Amino acid sequence: MRLVLFIAIVVLGGTAGDIAVSHAMKQIGEVHPLTPAAVLTVLARAFRMGWLWIGIGFMAVGFFSLLALLSWADVSVVVPATALSYVAGAFGAKFLLDEQVAPLRWAGVLLVCLGVALVSIS
Amino acid sequence: MISKHLGKKTYALFASMVLFGSLGNVLLSKGMKQIGEILDLSPGALVSLFVKTFTNGSVWLGILSLLVFFVSYLLLLSWADFSYVQPASAIGYGLVAVLGYFMLGESISWTRWAGVLLICAGVALVGRTEPRTTGD
Repeated sequence: MRLVLFIAIVVLGGTAGDIAVSHAMKQIGEVHPLTPAAVLTVLARAFRMGWLWIGIGFMAVGFFSLLALLSWADVSVVVPATALSYVAGAFGAKFLLDEQVAPLRWAGVLLVCLGVALVSIS
Repeated sequence: MISKHLGKKTYALFASMVLFGSLGNVLLSKGMKQIGEILDLSPGALVSLFVKTFTNGSVWLGILSLLVFFVSYLLLLSWADFSYVQPASAIGYGLVAVLGYFMLGESISWTRWAGVLLICAGVALVGRTEPRTTGD
């Protein structure tokens, strides 16, 4: 039970972080043209955005929960289970970021999730 | 279909993300292995561990690579969907397996190759969708 709870924190924390960071970058909008000056301007703006820091905070929660989890749980269970992040990410993108996840993309996400789980089992 | 200017930038930043992400992890791992296993957790030992970590060249190169990775990731997300970027970046797993096999002579189990194959198929499917589905 504690294992499931911790895996959920790792997956949901990391995904929430990515979604928040993604939300911040979407608000900034497309960096175009991609010149060093434009990149620096965009980074300066990004690091003044609340959502970016909220995202980094969530990512840190996910990361340190993973470290804590790995200190007592079996790596061969924990790491493959974190592949669920791909499914959580697609749901988050659809419902929180309003992205259109077409059937083709869902199929790709599921294959990647299975593949990452298999890679990390071995 | 992927529009032309979006395509070029997207591929360039993807390449940078996958390359520097993998490189960063490998360098951090190399640096921490040079430092050795952490057995003693007394304050004195932790201070010396901290000093050893942050005076290690591989650790710094690893941190630098991961910074480049994160900046590429942020820039990519400024125009591409998260539900496109996240699964597509899993191609890094495939790259690490192939590099490990051909450059380091690592043996790779059949389950691992099967996983890499599934990832590649999944990334190919995601890659056929439009990178951006939200307007701005």
